[in-house]
Amino acid sequence: MFQQIEGSKAMARAIALCRPQVVCAYPITPQTHIVEGLGELIRTGELQNSEFINVESEFAALSVAIGASAAGARAYTATASQGLLFMAEAVYNASGLGLPIVMTLGNRAIGAPINIWNDHSDAMAMSESGWIQLFAETNQEAADLHVFAFRLAEELSVPTMVCVDGFILTHAVERIDIPEQATVDAFLPPFEPMQCLDPDDPISIGAMVGPDAFTEVRYLEYHKQHAALGLIERLATEFQRLFGRQAGGLLRTYEAADAEILVVAMGSINGTIKDAIDEMRADGMAIGLVTLVAFRPFPGDALRQVLARATDVVVIDRAIDVGMGGPLASDIAIAMRGLPAPPAMHSAIVGLGGRPVPKASLIRLFRQAAIQPWEGPHFLDLNERVVGHELHRRRTTRRVGPAAEGILKELEKERVARLAEEAQ
Amino acid sequence: MFEVRIHGRGGQGVVTAAEMLSVAAFLEGKHAQAFPSFGSERMGAPVVAFCRISDKEIRLREPIQSPDALIVQDPTLFKALDVTEGLKPSGYLIVNTARGFAELREPRLDLVVARLPKGHAVTAPATELAMKHIHRPAPNTALLGAFAAAVGVVALDSVLEAIRRTFPGAVGEANVEAAKAAHALIAAKAAA
Amino acid sequence: MNEVQKLKFYQKGTLTVGNRLVDEDKRNVQASLDRSNSLTSGHRACQGCGEALGARYAIDAAMRACDSRLIAVNATGCLEVFTTPYPETSWQIPWMHSLFGNAAAVATGVAAAMRVLGKSQTRVVAQGGDGGTTDIGFGCLSGMFERNDDVLYICYDNEGYMNTGVQRSSATPPAARTATTPAVGSAPGNVFGTGKFAPKIAVAHDIPYVATASVADLHDLEAKVLKAMTFRGARYIQINVPCPLGWGAASHDTIRLARLAIETGLFPIFEAESGYVTNVRKIRRPTPVFEYLKLQKRFAHIVRGGPEDPGVRGLQAIADRHIRDYGLLEAEA
Repeated sequence: MFQQIEGSKAMARAIALCRPQVVCAYPITPQTHIVEGLGELIRTGELQNSEFINVESEFAALSVAIGASAAGARAYTATASQGLLFMAEAVYNASGLGLPIVMTLGNRAIGAPINIWNDHSDAMAMSESGWIQLFAETNQEAADLHVFAFRLAEELSVPTMVCVDGFILTHAVERIDIPEQATVDAFLPPFEPMQCLDPDDPISIGAMVGPDAFTEVRYLEYHKQHAALGLIERLATEFQRLFGRQAGGLLRTYEAADAEILVVAMGSINGTIKDAIDEMRADGMAIGLVTLVAFRPFPGDALRQVLARATDVVVIDRAIDVGMGGPLASDIAIAMRGLPAPPAMHSAIVGLGGRPVPKASLIRLFRQAAIQPWEGPHFLDLNERVVGHELHRRRTTRRVGPAAEGILKELEKERVARLAEEAQ
Repeated sequence: MFEVRIHGRGGQGVVTAAEMLSVAAFLEGKHAQAFPSFGSERMGAPVVAFCRISDKEIRLREPIQSPDALIVQDPTLFKALDVTEGLKPSGYLIVNTARGFAELREPRLDLVVARLPKGHAVTAPATELAMKHIHRPAPNTALLGAFAAAVGVVALDSVLEAIRRTFPGAVGEANVEAAKAAHALIAAKAAA
Repeated sequence: MNEVQKLKFYQKGTLTVGNRLVDEDKRNVQASLDRSNSLTSGHRACQGCGEALGARYAIDAAMRACDSRLIAVNATGCLEVFTTPYPETSWQIPWMHSLFGNAAAVATGVAAAMRVLGKSQTRVVAQGGDGGTTDIGFGCLSGMFERNDDVLYICYDNEGYMNTGVQRSSATPPAARTATTPAVGSAPGNVFGTGKFAPKIAVAHDIPYVATASVADLHDLEAKVLKAMTFRGARYIQINVPCPLGWGAASHDTIRLARLAIETGLFPIFEAESGYVTNVRKIRRPTPVFEYLKLQKRFAHIVRGGPEDPGVRGLQAIADRHIRDYGLLEAEA
């Protein structure tokens, strides 16, 4: 049923429809409304047979989920940014043990400097943990992906993260279809664990594995991630059939068939990019979009097929590995290596720490890719004057203090100068 | 697509106003997207919220730079920031005040008002109406009533139903009265 | 050598732990034919390991109390390592190695799963060493206490991080030599004025049941586990388990050391319910700490100075304080 509802609340409803048995989370912006929504549904009895546990840290949150999952219950948690890092040990533990926990990640920048707004650095920090990572483009998909994730996680016995842009999606109120319980039940059967702590059939879980077998254990995980690629596509087809709309899958394309320039992006920015592409196509540019939904496992083959025909690929990264560049760009570069005539790749770093990404800036970026391609990562809308000033300051002073303070002072000067100009 | 930007201070229900407006549009079968600008909010600090309304799916996700309509819940904001920045030349400006624009003594605001088409810049005593009907200085619902009268992109009935869905029971009805009163005021001014 | 051993009269009827020559109802759990043997033989513990002994008694007692429906969660540490040397396990019950600092939280999750799956008859035990419990696991432990989760947490206290090579923990006694508190310099060994006594902190959480126990009194240990299992909610038992390797003691001295720890007052034995101490074990033969310290090389640098060594006197003051605080001596007539 369609409702005008906040993204977080829609997700809470969708998760509740999945009949999670143990819900445990620690509050952190911007995920709080999701967990609060679930807590309320449990209290009012709308969500039955579910335990809501108020834990004392994110590390405890995922640990509780691990215990619950290992004992045969469907477990859910949610976090973001600093919280994800605080539970990092447990993140690897869950995937190493093959526990099908579903976690919402309300994508938020990782400090320092502390920042509560959206970017993908948290997901990137745990991209090697062995969790499946799916990125939602819209709030509808954010709700749907949780249903998708439980099914996927439990079928493979691999934990799955649903990545949802913090604030941009979580705090936006829009028109979302909340599915019927019967439809969700048809897609998601009751949890049947592959291993279980059971007095009637005792096993030891989590024992040490030595050098003689560790490689094989990891290989089997790698193999499973590979198998996940096919399963993600099959489940997307099944989802479409049952729910009547698209969600999940590995990737989607928009106006890509004859595109010379292809943009690749994850998450909510795809919406703005589609509007930009419509405008540019009206101007005659052959530009299209690849929306990547599954980041891990990384769909290298599918991407290679789609990107092969383009002459230029612009990769939008909403995170930066400051010692290397855009993480998605790095992965895409590897994916394209096998092509006989690989497109030229341009890496753009956008929207860090919640910086809004206007359609106009994206249009300028895409035009530039066609006219004057750049080397290395390009930071969209970088205030070069302020950066230049700060770099100069550092060359002349040793005790420069926090970078942010210097930058803000410069930005303030700029603002004052602008106002003075307007007054004249 | 019709884009509305709502300005106010923390505690004045700016974000709720944007959400209610989006619900009103939803009830008319439209697509609507409401979201706040995300600052470290505290009571009294300037707050901005946005609402986009469209017949088609809304894909754009950026703050509204060029609004079709501005709702200003607190006129003291004119001194604090450039509230009217980006307002389209044929846009609408709805300001919460019992005074007229001239009496606000904001020279820059006067320039903006002068440039807007007739009937596009309106004032409504939303706080006074709220005090009268709701007994709280919560101007957001009254302003939505004024908006419905001045702009016409959503019907008053949709706004009233959105209010009822947001504030159940007696509180909702009181807010409905405030919205109706504001709507009547603006409609009368327009007819005159 | 080939003689049939004559049954000596005094062996019958004594309450020596493990004695099967008493009626079934007087035997302790380990002496029973139907004991679970949850932690079975073949594990790799050191000779004389107090923790292996304590765990065997504790878990079989817990299994007796819940009709063998028990799930154990184990923090990283000696117990976890020596009971699951890949590819073997010596656990005959459902058992999970959590991480180092989250045994209490993982156990909470298991308990929640049991409730929600309608299997509340299956009980949950969390186990960890002193490091995993009072240091790195402290946050999760306190969280579990505060929520009153239905978990019995058993801490095997051997007063240091033994598995990783005898490093100091917050349970290491002052003056003790460890790899990170070497016996050199002007203040050799662990620093006086530091340390946490986790059972006291557990009592402060007002949880249903807290107890300390020792491998020197295995009857008492079993009884306390059995009693703990009659409660629902958060429960904590800290068992003093000497580590011959880490303490620099003879492997045959484990029980003796544990007994001396009690008789000196250094390790007080008590029970508490909902924030109040309900029971203490009086010291039978008050003993100066020197008698206990001299058996352990980790105290050699203060033992060298005799009973008047400032380190010895410092530890004696701690023991005296426990005696006063917990009322460990019979009141004077």
